[in-house]
Amino acid sequence: MTPGGTSGAPGVVVVTGVGRYLGAHVAARLAADPRIERVIGVDAPDAGTEFPDLLDRVERIRVDSGALGGLLADLDVDAVVHLALVTSPDPQHGGRSAMKDQNVIGSMQMLAACQRAPRLRKLVVRSSTAAYGVSFRDPAVFTEETEPREVPRGGFGRDILDLEGYVRGFRRRRPDVTATVLRFAPFIGSTADTTLTRYFSQPFVPTVFGRDPRLQFLHFDDALEVLHRSIVEDHPGTYNVAGPGVLSLSQAIRRAGRVAVPVLEPGLSGAAALARTMGFGRYGLDQVDLFVHGRVVDTSRLEQEYGFTPRSTAAAFEDFIRAHHGGVVVTRDQLAAAEKLVLDGIRQVRSAMRERSS
Amino acid sequence: MSAPEEGRDPQSVGRFDVPQQVPGPDAEPARRNGHRPAAQAAPTPAAPPTPADRVDAGPPAATGPAVADRPGDHWDRKVANGLAFLRRRLAGDYEVDEFGFDSELTDAVFHPLLRVLYRDWFRTEVSGVEHVPVDGPALVVGNHSGTVALDALILSAALHDKHPAHRYLRLLGADLVFRMPVVSELARKTGGTVACNPDAERLLGGGDLVGVFPEGFKGIGKLYADRYKLQRFGRGGFVSAALRTGTPIVPVAIVGGEEIYPMLADIKPLARLLKLPYFPVTPTFPLLGPLGMVPLPSKWLIEFCPPIPTAHLTDSADDPLVVFNLADQVRETIQQTLHTLLERRPDPFGP
Repeated sequence: MTPGGTSGAPGVVVVTGVGRYLGAHVAARLAADPRIERVIGVDAPDAGTEFPDLLDRVERIRVDSGALGGLLADLDVDAVVHLALVTSPDPQHGGRSAMKDQNVIGSMQMLAACQRAPRLRKLVVRSSTAAYGVSFRDPAVFTEETEPREVPRGGFGRDILDLEGYVRGFRRRRPDVTATVLRFAPFIGSTADTTLTRYFSQPFVPTVFGRDPRLQFLHFDDALEVLHRSIVEDHPGTYNVAGPGVLSLSQAIRRAGRVAVPVLEPGLSGAAALARTMGFGRYGLDQVDLFVHGRVVDTSRLEQEYGFTPRSTAAAFEDFIRAHHGGVVVTRDQLAAAEKLVLDGIRQVRSAMRERSS
Repeated sequence: MSAPEEGRDPQSVGRFDVPQQVPGPDAEPARRNGHRPAAQAAPTPAAPPTPADRVDAGPPAATGPAVADRPGDHWDRKVANGLAFLRRRLAGDYEVDEFGFDSELTDAVFHPLLRVLYRDWFRTEVSGVEHVPVDGPALVVGNHSGTVALDALILSAALHDKHPAHRYLRLLGADLVFRMPVVSELARKTGGTVACNPDAERLLGGGDLVGVFPEGFKGIGKLYADRYKLQRFGRGGFVSAALRTGTPIVPVAIVGGEEIYPMLADIKPLARLLKLPYFPVTPTFPLLGPLGMVPLPSKWLIEFCPPIPTAHLTDSADDPLVVFNLADQVRETIQQTLHTLLERRPDPFGP
């Protein structure tokens, strides 16, 4: 189709959200792939330049999302990777309303632009497992077919539902475009910096009293691999992307050597709201709901279609722990030493008692 | 309904007769596999003190080594195992499956507690365990009773102990269970999950033994006057889950659960206020306060009935006629077994 592109790989790829961690890494990885001719990073005009060294082989264009339509048509774009999502409100950059602008309005304009791009044949959209919503009647494991039972309370979850609705509309209007929606579990890894990695880096970790949610993580490198494959191969459809296996929150906190501090749920929601209004902390109702309900997805469709299995949730978390051992309160060695100490103590006391009695 | 009846006997014999008599010699080590490597690893760093221990035990050992040595070793191992268990728990070195089931915690904490309750307090007699398959999926369907759903926990603990393969029963619970903090996590850690078709089919598809009580709150919340009268079975969702996966249904009758908290009345306004399905009044409950939570020591009988095969009906999972007929068959089987069990137990609080 494209002169430069090989069988599946597109010639010109546009990556949105390159000002952020995920976007920058994906753009750099695609630029390093010889099968892809041109990688163009698109960003909002006011976005920061956080990863300049990563992006030296990526053409960067700063453009308002409203002007995206003409741009995609002019550049003869073959594929678009839409990664410009904000997962939690950032008080320094406009809070929740800016987040919604970016996630919903930005994505709408992006999809409208894609619809008018004549040569476009591939669209990859970053979504989240938050698309399944939260409800006490939810099944334990979500497959791609599971419909959300309740609209989530958190802003990010609602944005994701809206976004996926727009992608459904896009698929209907442009059936010739291969649309891939990737529902990612929360990212974790040695270098990734997300709300969850900051959460687990604290020495004392707040949890919801009486709840021990089942969590799944996705190693950041595996997320890059899946995004890369989605661009150079053809995988239409919606896929859950998560590390197989499950960690319960208490187990994860113990493995990380942190101390859990259980808080009553209304207290935690209130504290999250208070922290938000006071301008520190980026925990929202999305996080509180995740820590009440947990979220586990079935990844067999991804494994079959991509022929790739991300490293397990436990392995991804282990990688994160190795990189963040600074705030550890209780180490494994300390526990083993304490165990030996108590065992030896009991043995000594018992042998002393036996000596006296004999 | 004659077709499944006819197909039932030869198939059930062919399917379940051969393996169930085998005591499963490797079943026991397999179950404890999770413990062994870790438990063995624990005493090794503590090996140096053991010779010292031996030296102390030296003088009496000369006279009678076998007698003096054994109790000491036994306790030493117990302490070491307990400490190793604690360390593993605190370090997070255990596995949880995708439903949140923590088999190590269940074996070490919940089942021993339930064992005291079902063996010593309720003097439970279990029969017909051979009808529960040794491997592969099965749907265990029981009658529900007792104001608090204690019968489900007793059933799972008793089945695990008495079954030759020591299988875990994965219970399906109402969503109210999963709404409540603490309770929801206890339910998940012991292998329970929300009663919905995706979860039931996923567990059955994975070869698990699933326990379900189709009466739900109608069963546990009925008055003492209605004891051992099976309530309506709802839409028969459990039957369609079994049909879709071709899983045999094992009806089980539980006698004894009705007398543990005999419910004399239901204060409906209070229940509405607390958003509960019912608010029980038992001879002891609001009257004696927390003391009323102690279950009365009734005599329990649990009988597993012959499995009803469904493999030949996989196509009819959405046929309401087949589903309701099968649900009725299960219901009748449980009700009749309840009557025969009640005849065997004339005194609810007998020995």
